[in-house]
Amino acid sequence: MHNFSPHDENDLVAALRAGDESAFTQIVERYHANMVRIASLYVGDVQIAQEVTQETWVVVLHSLNRFEGRSSLKTWLFTILTNRAKTRAVRENRYVPLEDSGELDDEPSVAAARFRPESELEWADHWKSNAKPQTWGINPEAHVIAGEVNSVIASAIAALPTHQREVIRLHDIENFSTDEICNILQITPTNQRVLLHRARSRVRHALELYFQRSP
Amino acid sequence: MTCKELVELVTHYLEGALDVETRARFDAHLAECKGCTAYLEQMHKTILLTKRLREDDILPPARDELLSLFRSWKA
Repeated sequence: MHNFSPHDENDLVAALRAGDESAFTQIVERYHANMVRIASLYVGDVQIAQEVTQETWVVVLHSLNRFEGRSSLKTWLFTILTNRAKTRAVRENRYVPLEDSGELDDEPSVAAARFRPESELEWADHWKSNAKPQTWGINPEAHVIAGEVNSVIASAIAALPTHQREVIRLHDIENFSTDEICNILQITPTNQRVLLHRARSRVRHALELYFQRSP
Repeated sequence: MTCKELVELVTHYLEGALDVETRARFDAHLAECKGCTAYLEQMHKTILLTKRLREDDILPPARDELLSLFRSWKA
């Protein structure tokens, strides 16, 4: 079976048009799970998100001959998905814009109690001496990372509010570019960065607690 | 720049999105603050560790359904 890299899209499109099943299986495996999650951000329901994603695949297959490659296949696919999900969400009165979700409200990256109070004048808002971050003795470049560390990160991500969760997944795990994420989620680069920062700050906090317990 | 301000700017810093003047103040603070240096390193490690995670495969039922969709499209 030929493996299509994310970079040889022309081959992939040609194979799909020719009806190559392994090409279709690969693109489904690459994007389907992301598509369902992104659709659920709009429609707020996994069942409906699956329907929207299924419909998107139908549209994609039937429009394949009209795909001209002006945008990448990935961008094209996700644009179709996002438009359909949003239309469906509006129709069912389920659409909650990011601005109304509360995820952009002020939220400190680190608990205020770890910084010195205003009364300490020039030292105000600097780390308290007993609350300074410590260096972690883990090397992320090492080949073996304890499975526990992965579970700590996975649970922290699972507990994030929906938009933060999606942004950190797409950006840090799935390697989507900032442009792609802004298009898919229809958010500004500034909001994308705010969400990414909050998500990473919460994951960092979870890891810090873990490393304090098991250094 | 205070430590409390710095921790809010780490993602902007790592993504290269700070203006020149703020970046200079960020670097100047880091040079004198062990706590923030450790914090930045923690965030960097957090990102690298997160990047190592892999998504679960999609559920087999969805795959079968989609394949039959593909076959009927092809036919």
